Amino acid sequence: MAHSARRDSPELPDFSILKRLARDQLIYLLEQQHEVDKLYKVEHKPVISTSDQLCFLIRPRIQTVKWICDVVNADKVPGKSRRYKIIFTPQKFYACEAVLEEQGIFGDVTIDEWPFYLLPLDDDIISLELPEFFQDNFLAGDQRWVRTAGSALHLLYSLYGPFSKVYGIGRCSKMAYESWREQVEEGEQKARQAEIGNVFLIDRDVDFVTPLCSQVVYEGLVDDIFRIKCGCVEFGPDVTSSDKSVKVMLNSQDKVFSEIRNEHFSNVFGFLSQKARNLQTAYDKRRGMDIKQMKAFVSEELKGLKQEHRLLSLHIGASESIMKKKTKQDFQELLKTEHLLLEGFEIRECISYIEEHINRQVSMVESLRLLCLLSITENGLLPKDYRSLKAQYLQSYGVDHLLTFSNLRQLGLLVEQQPGETLTVMESKVGKLVNDKTAGKLTDAFSSLAKKSNFRALSRKLNLVPKMDEEYDLRVPRDMAYIFSGAYIPLSCKLIEQVLERDGWMGLEEVTRLLNGHEFAVTVDSKGKNDTQRIILVMFLGGCTYSEISALRFLGREKGYKFIVVTTAITNSSRLLEALLGNHV
Amino acid sequence: MIKSKVDEEDYWHSSKFKAFTFDDEDDELSRLKESRQAVNNIRRLVEEDDDEDDVEKVSWSGEPVGSISWSVKETAASSQRADREPAFPKISTVTPSISRSQSGYSLSSLFKGEDGHMTQIDRSLIMTLCKEVLFRELESRQTALRHFIHYLSETQNQRLLLELHRALGRAEDAALLQYKEHLSITDENKRRDFLKNCLSLPFSAEDLAHVQDHYTLLERQIIIEVTDRQAERGGKVEIFQKFPRKALILNMPLITTLYYCCFYHYAEPEGTFSSPLNIRQTFKISEKQYFVTALAARAKLKAWLDVDALFASRNWLGFTRKKSPLSFQRVVDILQKNSAPTHVLQDYVALVDDGELRLTLAQKHKCHNIVINTYRDMKDRQLLLGYRGKVVRGSVEERKIDDLLSNPQIRWKN
Repeated sequence: MAHSARRDSPELPDFSILKRLARDQLIYLLEQQHEVDKLYKVEHKPVISTSDQLCFLIRPRIQTVKWICDVVNADKVPGKSRRYKIIFTPQKFYACEAVLEEQGIFGDVTIDEWPFYLLPLDDDIISLELPEFFQDNFLAGDQRWVRTAGSALHLLYSLYGPFSKVYGIGRCSKMAYESWREQVEEGEQKARQAEIGNVFLIDRDVDFVTPLCSQVVYEGLVDDIFRIKCGCVEFGPDVTSSDKSVKVMLNSQDKVFSEIRNEHFSNVFGFLSQKARNLQTAYDKRRGMDIKQMKAFVSEELKGLKQEHRLLSLHIGASESIMKKKTKQDFQELLKTEHLLLEGFEIRECISYIEEHINRQVSMVESLRLLCLLSITENGLLPKDYRSLKAQYLQSYGVDHLLTFSNLRQLGLLVEQQPGETLTVMESKVGKLVNDKTAGKLTDAFSSLAKKSNFRALSRKLNLVPKMDEEYDLRVPRDMAYIFSGAYIPLSCKLIEQVLERDGWMGLEEVTRLLNGHEFAVTVDSKGKNDTQRIILVMFLGGCTYSEISALRFLGREKGYKFIVVTTAITNSSRLLEALLGNHV
Repeated sequence: MIKSKVDEEDYWHSSKFKAFTFDDEDDELSRLKESRQAVNNIRRLVEEDDDEDDVEKVSWSGEPVGSISWSVKETAASSQRADREPAFPKISTVTPSISRSQSGYSLSSLFKGEDGHMTQIDRSLIMTLCKEVLFRELESRQTALRHFIHYLSETQNQRLLLELHRALGRAEDAALLQYKEHLSITDENKRRDFLKNCLSLPFSAEDLAHVQDHYTLLERQIIIEVTDRQAERGGKVEIFQKFPRKALILNMPLITTLYYCCFYHYAEPEGTFSSPLNIRQTFKISEKQYFVTALAARAKLKAWLDVDALFASRNWLGFTRKKSPLSFQRVVDILQKNSAPTHVLQDYVALVDDGELRLTLAQKHKCHNIVINTYRDMKDRQLLLGYRGKVVRGSVEERKIDDLLSNPQIRWKN
């Protein structure tokens, strides 16, 4: 069912070396350097132990450092003397050291670093596992992780480079590039055979629309509903049809999963039932077998069949669970509203829908997601709508969300239209009365009068919303829009497609202007081999969704590229918005 | 208190606290050696060099006019590097130079640091600076300011953060920050008093109204909670016995409180604090919102008469007809989710305007009469015949279908 790749598609480099390196570094650090023999998970509770040394392996988070200070100070009370070690990963921050100093324990601890940057989640996905990158960089405007991103890029460069070209868009991307460039200049350059050709860096805030849309490809749905962590997911009793939960790794090793992961959900059931039928046929083969054949069957085939059976029932269970949940949530109607927002039609109806969603207290995060989607597609809400919807949201979910709204406004995710932008409303009203072509002409006529909605303009320039003349066949997708049922091509992936096609940003000046610039294209090493040129590393700074990964895989198959997705973390609408909630201590 | 070794072993080995030990199967020394070499190489590449103070770090302010680069040293260093042949290209951009005022230089160096973060030594220097001077300098350095604010919030230095916001004229940010502290107050009376004090903070007019509502609501919730807890314990008020409360009403959002009152205090006169009508009036809840909430609460209690009464409206001729701020389709949806019986659903399905939709809903919820009547009106014999199989054998509906089918006066179209 996975569409066959072009025969001339290049092979992906082997990323298992990243895992081995990281593990060896850690083992060396813990065993040789710090004599650790047992690992426990940090739980922010008092530590009870008679060991004469405590070693903490942590992310450089102030809360965690404070907890460690509490532990150390608690020991001091009864006069306990121990050695304390803190290993920061991937690096320490001075803010953490400052806290140690303020709490008076700086002299009691030894500090070390474990430069672990990259975790391969699959053959073509590598994660920095830094979800905090998003809020630190984009909400707080704190550039602390820029060098980390540069270091990650540098590690990839030293193992799989040299890169031929680096393209990018976004302020953080630029800074990460610069940081990497400096690190290259500081170090030695060994001549080696490149395994990665081109690199594309992109900031999450270049495209907020895509992560806010509901996902409908299988892997995206599993993430939205069950939450995949580090490539692992936990399926509960309703999926396993037993009283136990089970934790599984979801990657290309799972033969069933690898065939359905990128598929639109509507195709998944059909595929799974066919597979189940095939499996049954294979099992049935054993009837009418003689002893010799049976022996062969058991030793060679049975294990594989059993494995497949297990995976199949798991994914069938998951699909059924997804169906049930989504039907209950009136998913169809929700998607319809999202599609209308993306297209820019019937906005008033969409606002009514969102209002009702809030009134019925359906879901705090979902309501917020819809509000943000409305805001970014419409370039802000009308002041009266903003006031009214905000008031209703606070009434339904609590006034403490004043803080949430403040965060969202800062990020530009949920804002009021400034005077002079109300043209969009007129545009959409007029657009309703006439057909598409005329609306376009009218829009152009108005354009000189006021600032247009950036998303709408981008959508038009890049054809992100395909024309629905005929039925969009999801079984044989014709473009990346299939990941959203044919309604919308993800902006981030479209940009990547266009820049690769044009080998730069020529002809995309208007687009980059609408995206606030910060685009770049640099030739690093002009000697790159042709084959390697088609292996492209895309680095998302601030997170990337499974839907975007599926879209890039599709693009790769179409154009003969192989994409490697590097991301600071896997994200989706829930994670993105949860990082911005202000209603907790 | 000294725990015995056995206790400790139990503690560590009980299922909650499972340790991970390094039972590495492929722990070959040679591989480790090889990897260690690689490790060391990489460590050299990524290690921070503390003494390299003069290596300038990234400074993409990306800001329009008025943006800054970090320090004079940096500008000097960048011109130095321009002489050396770069390994590969820098991204060409405009880097505006700062005005080299004397005080600006020395203070600037305090804000330089890796990734824009302040160095340890510099931080203590910064803290000894007169706040006035510090805040003034920060104002013109947007990135340093953001880093500093982030640092203060992470270390929960509320006091200084508030002063900073105020000094920079960010009144609303200061107000929100102070308001946020209510989340750490667990005692509801103390929280209520705190919220009351928040009313004097420099919120925007709109936000002030919200905080006012927050205070008024909590005040009210405290009173309701006390009364209801007593009623519950007393054992005499039926509804609390039949539907025991699952949580306190304290600190719940307004709509949740409204739902609660529609559930437990529906019939109360408007004068009481827990009367839903009183809440509606005090907080200016819209008709639609009130309707949605009351509908859900009464449906949950299966109080179909109350549900019905929500729709009643008299027009000027004195006739009553059902009016709904919500589409009837949505109403049916809510009722069905609360397990409304068919005869109740039927009444509302019948009120759906759109014929096709009405039919679909009727079929979905087995409102046989509506389906039968619709097919009769459509004069579609085939559909009626087909539907006969879906009703219960021997039922009233079956007889009705039979009667219609055998009625000679109906001119069936098929």
